[in-house]
Amino acid sequence: MRSIILSTVARAMLPILIMFSLFLLWRGHNEPGGGFTGGLVAAAGVILFSLAYSPRAARRVVRVDLKTLTGFGLLMAAGSGTVAVFAGKPFLTGVWWKLAGPQGSTIELGTPFFFDLGVYLVVIGVTLSILFSKAEEEERP
Amino acid sequence: MTLLLAIVIGALYAGGVYMMLRKTVVKLLIGLAMIGNAANLLIFVSSSVVRSHPPIVPKGSSAVPAPYADPLTQALILTAIVIGFAVLAFALALVKRVYGEVGSLALEEMTVSDE
Amino acid sequence: MVTPALAILSLFTLGLLAPFLFALLPRHAGKLLCLPPAFWCGWFWSKTPASGQTWTSPWIPELGITFSFRLDGLASLFAILITGIGAMVLLYTEGYCGAKPGSGRLYGLLLLFLASMLGVVLADDAILLFLFWEATSVTSFLLIGFEHERANARRGAVQALMVTGGGGLALLAGLLVIVQQTGQGRISAWGPLAGDPLYLAMFALVAIGCFTKSAQFPFHFWLPNAMTAPTPVSAYLHSATMVKAGVYLLARLSGSLGGTEVWTWTLTLVGGATMLTGTLLALRQTDLKRLLAYSTVAALGTMVFVLARGGAEAASAFAAFVLAHALYKGALFLVAGAIDHTADSRDAFRLGGLWQRAPVLATASTLAGLGMMGVAPLAFLAKETLVDGLLSPPDVPSLIVFGVMAAGAVAIAGIVAFRPFFGKADPAIADGHKPDAPLLTGPAVLAVLGIVGGLTPTFVFERIGGPVAAAIGGGTDPHPWALWHGFGAPLAFSVGTLALGLAVYRAWPAWIARAAPWPSFGFDRAYDAGLRGTVSVARAFTRTIQNGRLRAYLQTTIATFLVLVTLAAVRWNPSPQIRLDTALPHEALLALAMLLAVLAAVRSVSRLAAVVTLGVVGFGVALTYALFGAPDLAMTQIAVETLTVILFVLTFYHLPRFARGSGTRTRAVDALLATGVGATMAAITLVASQRLLGTPISAHFAENSLAEAHGRNVVNVILVDYRGLDTLGEITVLSIAGLGVVALWTFGRRAAKGGSA
Repeated sequence: MRSIILSTVARAMLPILIMFSLFLLWRGHNEPGGGFTGGLVAAAGVILFSLAYSPRAARRVVRVDLKTLTGFGLLMAAGSGTVAVFAGKPFLTGVWWKLAGPQGSTIELGTPFFFDLGVYLVVIGVTLSILFSKAEEEERP
Repeated sequence: MTLLLAIVIGALYAGGVYMMLRKTVVKLLIGLAMIGNAANLLIFVSSSVVRSHPPIVPKGSSAVPAPYADPLTQALILTAIVIGFAVLAFALALVKRVYGEVGSLALEEMTVSDE
Repeated sequence: MVTPALAILSLFTLGLLAPFLFALLPRHAGKLLCLPPAFWCGWFWSKTPASGQTWTSPWIPELGITFSFRLDGLASLFAILITGIGAMVLLYTEGYCGAKPGSGRLYGLLLLFLASMLGVVLADDAILLFLFWEATSVTSFLLIGFEHERANARRGAVQALMVTGGGGLALLAGLLVIVQQTGQGRISAWGPLAGDPLYLAMFALVAIGCFTKSAQFPFHFWLPNAMTAPTPVSAYLHSATMVKAGVYLLARLSGSLGGTEVWTWTLTLVGGATMLTGTLLALRQTDLKRLLAYSTVAALGTMVFVLARGGAEAASAFAAFVLAHALYKGALFLVAGAIDHTADSRDAFRLGGLWQRAPVLATASTLAGLGMMGVAPLAFLAKETLVDGLLSPPDVPSLIVFGVMAAGAVAIAGIVAFRPFFGKADPAIADGHKPDAPLLTGPAVLAVLGIVGGLTPTFVFERIGGPVAAAIGGGTDPHPWALWHGFGAPLAFSVGTLALGLAVYRAWPAWIARAAPWPSFGFDRAYDAGLRGTVSVARAFTRTIQNGRLRAYLQTTIATFLVLVTLAAVRWNPSPQIRLDTALPHEALLALAMLLAVLAAVRSVSRLAAVVTLGVVGFGVALTYALFGAPDLAMTQIAVETLTVILFVLTFYHLPRFARGSGTRTRAVDALLATGVGATMAAITLVASQRLLGTPISAHFAENSLAEAHGRNVVNVILVDYRGLDTLGEITVLSIAGLGVVALWTFGRRAAKGGSA
């Protein structure tokens, strides 16, 4: 079911969806969004691409091994929690920094963001491994 | 709307149960998915049904204005949705394997598990 | 303070350390490990004559369970035997096993058993006693099955555990009934219980526990099968100590449960039957250890038989017999192991002429054999004391039974103690090696003690016999032990049985050579049949309950759910004031769409249609979330729904079409169940939406989210901050599920490839 329209759209949509998912992730702490939603949107983008081309091509686009991605995400979520331990607070307590933003504004960055980033990566990793392994099965004669 | 949602939830449960009792494993999975949705909705409705007040602190305010949807149940449901997906995927993988081994998807023919 | 508890604890700890000691010093482990038990043996001896001193400290005060111990005459007799023979056996193990790898476990288990057995005889609390009792069963199981590579060792171990463990349950019940009725956990505080309305239950349950443990008829069959254990274990557990636990407990409780008609008759009949069975079955064996095992069964029967009589005289005779039997039978078992070691055979029929190769062993064997014949001093004394009791007034049936047993013992002693050394050897018997010192010390010491003990009857009586009579006989024995009772009926009886026994001994080889194998006695087979029966009943039961039909499981679960919820609703009657809000037109439309989608999904005949309707339901749910203040949920739901539909479609590509539908009747039943569940859940939803139990914690989150957690989206703040640990757990589960899916699919692919190749 290779179609030129689908391929073109998928190729165009992939970066947009990834950007959108990162946007969702970043603003998730203050507006609707977050790691779960962002991860699912990113995964959907890649899946769209894999349906248009092939799972193998999609895996090439992802570049990273999905098990590694999942593991890295888990590690990041758990690791963000240990920052508080070094600051003498209970595991997973949020620790925040104030960074100077453009034009004199300040950006608040905290360990919960990195936790959410971990969630984001895990969701992408798991969703893609599930659908890729299924789709690759499909590809085989 | 609560009454309508209760009816929808009841219908989802009923449909899910009916599907689970069919002969084919695939219908069982569809039933499972329906019951998953129903359970999420049930949790959602049991906290509160409030129109268009997401639990988000507006700019310039320090707290969420009074009538808001319960954020805790939402957090609960959110993870439940994602995990439900993973479980469904697992179940589908299992079904595929069973089909490969048994050569059938009729539940009656899957009575021997070991020995 | 040195107490019995310290003895038990130190030996238990030693047992745990023994394997490490063996690993360090494999050639000297036995010599070193036998020292602590020997020390405690000396300590217990130094406490004789035992005063009945008690030690106690609270354990579970709410239940009246205490750590309490008592050292009276009876406990002292058994404690000395357990520690003393234990020391000998540990030393012997060194010679028997050498530095064979894995022997560390044997030392360890022997010591753990030793400590447990010591606990049984010293405990004064019913529950404490039971715990030690079970510990002896478990360690015995491990010791019998020590050579677990062999099937018959495993069978023997399991059989012993089943029989003694089953009896242990009865014992526990019996002890609990007594504790309940007396309101007293301390055994020493139990008075006579004969008048209690539950006396029969107490007696029956305790008796079953004791009879199984002490291999009484009809539970005798497990003991010969336990001979698959290494010989030190057989010598220790299955002649000198563990099998005497049942006898010990009967003696211990004879003051509380004894003295009734039921007690006397049961013990007499069971003991008598055991004596006859053991003797007759022993004479049909040719394996040294099985011969000894059956003769041990007979001896245990004798002890029960004596206990039936009650009173100080019987108690004193009981003490003499227990002491003599432990010494000579322990020695003979050790000799049998040494013979096995020396000649690589345990066949009493074919062995012979070993005295030239092992003169020391032959001497020890002779002395112990004389003991078993009732000729060596201590055993002679025990026999005379027993017969004395039976003669005044003369009890003819008992005398006959006892005579048969005594004559049988003479014959068996000849077969196991003399024939292998002084008989004619079968030339086919291999030339083995000489036994070394650790193998000889045990049998020699035990055999010599049997002689020495009998030569100083008054001294031993003061230290052992008298206190036992005082502890369980309720008084002093008017006739202290004496070696020489003068010419009289007891002596005549002894001479008679000796002559009869020697005649049987002479006839034995011819009998064995000629005898066709008897149809085996039924109890061992009955055990097998019982076991098989239990398994097949369990299997049939499981087949019925776990029939493998998912539909049946689901129907059962659903029906149970409906019944329970209905019952709860009727009892608890929530009847809330349901306040209904209005529905806007577009909301009503959404609900209607979802209802139609459900209906379509249920009625769908094609796979694709079912999936599409499922998608419609999912998007409907997402819209609901969006309409009622949950944008995060709506977004997640839409993404997941999309992926779910893709997943289903991808999977269905390879799966067959839906099978034929079910019959109308089945559909009707299912529809009924489904409607029931639906209605129930709808009602629950309505009730749940009305009831707010207190202020939800969300209020706190909604107020403090920005200030505390620097986030405006409360849902996200809960996920990544307030309940971060939950989320961490959830993404872990997610990862595992993902790995599982990949593994299932990848594995299936490989298996398919392998299968087609």
